Amino acid sequence: MSRIKRIRSLLTSKQISCRELTRLYLEAAERENGRLNAFISITAETAMEAAAKTDEKLSRGEPLQALEGIPFVLKDNISTAGLKTTCASRMLENYVPVFDAKVWGLLKSQNAVLIGKGNMDEFAMGSTCENSYFGGAKNPMNLEHAAGGSSGGVAAAVGANLSVYGIGSDTGGSIREPASFCGVVGLKPTYGAVSRNGLIAYASSFDQIGPITACAEDAALVLDAISERDEGDMTSAGTGKTAGSLNRPLRGSRIGIAPQFFEGVSPEVAKALQEAMSLYRALGAELVDCDLPGIGYALPVYYILACAEASSNLGRYDGIRYGYRAKDFDSLDEMICKTRSEGFGPEVKRRILLGTYVLSAGYFDAYYKKAKLLQAKIRDEFRKALDGCDFLLAPTTPITAIKSGESMKMSAVENYAMDICTVTINIAGLPAVSIPCGFGGGGLPIGMQLIGRHFDEGTILNAACAFERETGGKYLKNSGMGVLL
Amino acid sequence: MKWETVIGLETHVELSTKSKIFCGCTTAFGGEPNTHCCPVCTGQPGSLPVLNRQAVEYAVKAGLVLNCRINKYSRMDRKHYVYPDLPKAYQISQYDRPLCTGGYVELKNGRRINITRIHIEEDAGKLIHAGGKVLVDYNRGGVPLIEIVSEPDIRSAEEAVEYLEKLQLTLRAAGVSDCRMQEGSLRCDVNISLRAPGASSYGTRCEIKNLNSFVSVASAIEHEYERQRDILESGGVVEQETRRYDAYSGETSAMRGKENADDYRYFREPDIISIVLTDEEIEALRASLPELPDARKRRYVDVLGIPEADAAMIAKYRRVSDYFEAASYQTASPRIAATFIVTSMFSFISTEAAREEWLPPVSAEQLRELILLMEAGKINRNVAKQTLSRMLETGKSAAELLSPEELEPAGVDVDALCRKAIAENAAAASDYRGGKEKALKALIGAVMKESRGRAPAAEVEASLKELLSKT
Repeated sequence: MSRIKRIRSLLTSKQISCRELTRLYLEAAERENGRLNAFISITAETAMEAAAKTDEKLSRGEPLQALEGIPFVLKDNISTAGLKTTCASRMLENYVPVFDAKVWGLLKSQNAVLIGKGNMDEFAMGSTCENSYFGGAKNPMNLEHAAGGSSGGVAAAVGANLSVYGIGSDTGGSIREPASFCGVVGLKPTYGAVSRNGLIAYASSFDQIGPITACAEDAALVLDAISERDEGDMTSAGTGKTAGSLNRPLRGSRIGIAPQFFEGVSPEVAKALQEAMSLYRALGAELVDCDLPGIGYALPVYYILACAEASSNLGRYDGIRYGYRAKDFDSLDEMICKTRSEGFGPEVKRRILLGTYVLSAGYFDAYYKKAKLLQAKIRDEFRKALDGCDFLLAPTTPITAIKSGESMKMSAVENYAMDICTVTINIAGLPAVSIPCGFGGGGLPIGMQLIGRHFDEGTILNAACAFERETGGKYLKNSGMGVLL
Repeated sequence: MKWETVIGLETHVELSTKSKIFCGCTTAFGGEPNTHCCPVCTGQPGSLPVLNRQAVEYAVKAGLVLNCRINKYSRMDRKHYVYPDLPKAYQISQYDRPLCTGGYVELKNGRRINITRIHIEEDAGKLIHAGGKVLVDYNRGGVPLIEIVSEPDIRSAEEAVEYLEKLQLTLRAAGVSDCRMQEGSLRCDVNISLRAPGASSYGTRCEIKNLNSFVSVASAIEHEYERQRDILESGGVVEQETRRYDAYSGETSAMRGKENADDYRYFREPDIISIVLTDEEIEALRASLPELPDARKRRYVDVLGIPEADAAMIAKYRRVSDYFEAASYQTASPRIAATFIVTSMFSFISTEAAREEWLPPVSAEQLRELILLMEAGKINRNVAKQTLSRMLETGKSAAELLSPEELEPAGVDVDALCRKAIAENAAAASDYRGGKEKALKALIGAVMKESRGRAPAAEVEASLKELLSKT
């Protein structure tokens, strides 16, 4: 079922050269990007170089590494030296980094084939991808709907077969939510599993890089390739290898179900989740009740802490060293003020203002400090819940992908409410994978989340693989777009 | 009415680590603008700080030599303000969990100036104004700093300067900073208020920012005393504010008032894990500390018998002190090396800065060779002193400078010289034989004169006594 392994076998059996393969993906990306808007840039030259190197190795009869020669997409907030990295912001529209992100370095050293940089919400702030300065990415399963966010372009590219897999980032659900909307698999690893070095920060204590793939086994393959302790990121630890042990039986495992995850969930999503639970029970797993009342505070806790960090992280965009600079100004203050007013979009400004406010003297204790205390409480609740079970099962989102443009009519708070099931996991720093588990109205995919213990990605990926096997992959719907191999 | 001055100092000291606090860039002073920097210290998007463990160790050493408690758990915070020399728009510093707390510096008058805390942080870059443009040089950005915050225990400009000098001396001796005010590696903010003598509460204080010489500190305090005194004595109220000092006029002027005080929006730095130190690590750092100037001076006086004044002069400069120890190593009397250093060498190397640098043309080993020649009786003190002057001028060793005849004691026939002296000074000889011991001095003098000072005095004395007792 692994799409990566299938493409790899085409290469190693010489049914197709890596250059031919890469050309197919590049042509598909160019062709489909007009209606999908999945890529901010397409990196043909870089892709062809890696393809040529892979072909040389193949011609010498050398073995390929796990991701060698495989086309992929990188979210446009992951630094690529010499290649524009925009964060989907006017502020960084023409910004070219001088150094590679650790993750890109690891993949480049395997000759992974970079097709392009994925569209996203500006600075990863949003749940629809529509906060992109370059316009939102469309959902390949239904072009009237949004791809989700913030890693919408990456999820759309993988869902539309414009890339074999992709790398996104997840601060409050930005990998899992678009994966769920686009009918693909999205893994947010444990905080610290993958180096953040070179990931342009939104909220440093939540940001985590992870894979978006066609199936759970591919997520394991990609995670194994990018998870490594990095001396350049003090918060990185790496995590254990996962791909080798995805066939473990589920008999006797305990799956935690917390009622708080199911409050306000749409009937079609609730029904799909019920069916998934039945299936796990049929596989011999036991469902156990657990209580996570802290989820009721998750949205304010997340938006206070993430915005506080964002207001700090985005202070550096002042037009002095790099990025956008306003044209007319009479003073330094005016230059910085105009640069930021013109360079940032409305959602980014909202979060900077919110974050600045909650950190200000006189408000710090009431907001930031309280949110930190609640974070500790939520972490503790999850730790207790996971003491009584092997992993938790929950919806990824309360609803399926919303129509393009609809979120713009909603209030900020209504938009934020879509993140209720995902932000909680970032607050606790836990790993979670979203996999497709059904279809709602309009043929839109429904996703479920499996949430594991710290650094125990192996358990949730194994359970995800078991689900895919048992359902015969019927929820891994093909969009019929892109490269069909 | 005479007012009591209440002063507290915030002193910034650059640590002399080889690389910056959060990246591998050099901390070397100077260099073409923006050549000592990288994505981390210029705040490029996506770059992450990695804490330099050596900076932490140096800061711990500073805490230890200033009698502080070292906190086994501390952490970094972000301090936000907007200025072009601060590329991330926040400075990584420490807020409520500093590395060191509660130390002191003791002044000559026996008063202790208490230290509230010492924390580590990064330095900012520098603005350069050129041809109507403002340019930024980030070479200094990310150089490790410690901020030493004193209690308001200082009562005069003199005490403030003595406190700073003591800090400078101690931190230099500990090897954690070169504390060069002219290069900005020691800078200081002064908090000052006045109160009626005997009052139990403090008056309203003003902060004077960024003083970079001892003279400025003293003069800013004196000016600020007069300004606040005039306000208070005319029935006015001192406003709490931040002021700047102008070295040309010697006056302070208002920068911003309390209502415009910065809101730094401190919060925990999420990119850097907590600093955890074990008792073993702290004790190992304590054991690695060199002897401090006060302790060295005491040892020189008590154990080596060096006069108090000479000992103080030598112990004041770390490098001179090391030099002295090497030059006097296994010599019979360390006083000789001490005297040579504070007389001949200090008049040759006369400025404070040069003594601090201490790069004499004569190596400690060369000075030691000279002293050993003297102690072996191969040259006398006068010749040794003259030779040292020539060594300082030429950079040559004693062996190169001394002629064979000056050096060869074999050329001096002590026995023959003594016999000659007795023959030529019969009166003195008979006085000695008659019991006038002092008469021996005249005979010794005659021998020394004849040998042009090269005869070893002890040997001459013994030989004369022997000859005089025989006949």
